[in-house]
Amino acid sequence: MGLELKHLYDNFRDGDTIKAYAKIIAEDAKKLKKPINIMEVCGGHTHTIMKFGLPQLLPDNVNFIHGPGCPVCIMPKERIDHAYVLSMQPDVILVTLGDMIKVPGSNGSLQDARAKGSDVRFVYSPMECIKIAQENEDKKVIFFAIGFETTTPMTAVLVEQVIKQKISNIFFHINHVTVPEVMVELIDSRDVHVDSYNNQIDAFLGPSHVSVISGSKIYDKFPKDYGRPVVVTGFEPVDAMQGISMIVKQFVEERCEMEVQYKRVVNHDGNLKAQALIEKYFEKMSLFRWRGLGNVPDSGLKLREEYRDYDAEVLYKDVLPIAEIEDHKLCICGDILRGMAKPQECTIFGTACKPTTPIGSCMVSSEGACAAYYKYGNLI
Amino acid sequence: MCLSIPSKVVKISDDKTMCTVDTMGVQRDANLMMMDDEDIVIGDYVLLHIGFVMNKIDEDEALASIDTYREILEVLDEDDKKRAILEDDECEARGEQYAQEIKS
Repeated sequence: MGLELKHLYDNFRDGDTIKAYAKIIAEDAKKLKKPINIMEVCGGHTHTIMKFGLPQLLPDNVNFIHGPGCPVCIMPKERIDHAYVLSMQPDVILVTLGDMIKVPGSNGSLQDARAKGSDVRFVYSPMECIKIAQENEDKKVIFFAIGFETTTPMTAVLVEQVIKQKISNIFFHINHVTVPEVMVELIDSRDVHVDSYNNQIDAFLGPSHVSVISGSKIYDKFPKDYGRPVVVTGFEPVDAMQGISMIVKQFVEERCEMEVQYKRVVNHDGNLKAQALIEKYFEKMSLFRWRGLGNVPDSGLKLREEYRDYDAEVLYKDVLPIAEIEDHKLCICGDILRGMAKPQECTIFGTACKPTTPIGSCMVSSEGACAAYYKYGNLI
Repeated sequence: MCLSIPSKVVKISDDKTMCTVDTMGVQRDANLMMMDDEDIVIGDYVLLHIGFVMNKIDEDEALASIDTYREILEVLDEDDKKRAILEDDECEARGEQYAQEIKS
């Protein structure tokens, strides 16, 4: 049989295969010595797990912890405010990806800013900035860049093209964050305020497309140094069930390894050209504040010093707010992200905090745990 | 946010910076600047993310996964049949139950 495009969709969403894996997992899970909690790091997985009702198909001793892998959700409010403030500056066109439209900062969302007259444009691809800049030579186009390793190299390509084509009116506000650092934070935090050693994470379902770029090598240290198995898994429901099955088997067979379920696109080294682009234009920030989690060392990126002329955070530093804005004190997103609570245990879940009026990070985008529970809650 | 779409490459620009991909019948342009020149050829399956080809899909690995799933389904199907026969063989009350069903 040759591969056809429809196989890449249909075969990885096949209901019978999902049920078959549910049976295999149920059989294997009978041999588990204690219940296991699997953190799916990525919001894409959270969405798949809830949309297809996978928790219902799993035995009671295999549980999910929904991780912080939604770059929109974890953006602290003060950075959303940066976008809002930048969009209000004279002669500025603020460009960002559609995911950012409705995310509320302390003054409102970018949708609100647009309603107030600022020029905010939501694009499918960062490269659309070039056309916008060429059509508006008298304006400054600021690309508000968000995303994990999956999306970072695309911003790097845009930086490269801006430099190569000598485009003088495109600037960048960089909010790219990285996955392994926050995984370490979740299991090995030295934060005195949070006892991360008390976390419940036994294993990780590794992100799909972060790993396409970075390669599975970024997880090698988790089984080795932290005693947590990682299985890099695709986003389709069959992928997820197979990935979970591989993790359960590791526990049954008393192995602790990094494995790849998503072999059709993920290899150990990843996309080396994309990694080189990231390395060329970006460097690590010493700290990035994650909404719901607090400061995570080395988890954020910024433009390298030599490209600071393109950095909107440098150019507009006098108008950008710096004060940290905390979430509501009743919000328990930090506990949810660490696996210490489930969304329905929050007193404001579904009442004061809803997808239309999100209060905490996990409700902000459809990939957040609370938003997924809210939308697909009837399945659990 | 990090989702991406499997697509098939149908055209590549002369300078190899752009290509046209087919995503289940919809054609669109995709940027190739994250890939090396020789990486992608027409007919390849690729993953598309925010307008960029982010990597090639390994056909052999995809087919191997699909084969694994088929084998699992066959084995489970066989197990189900065996279990049904076993349950049938071991069902002591069948005669009585069958008689009652007929009566009712």
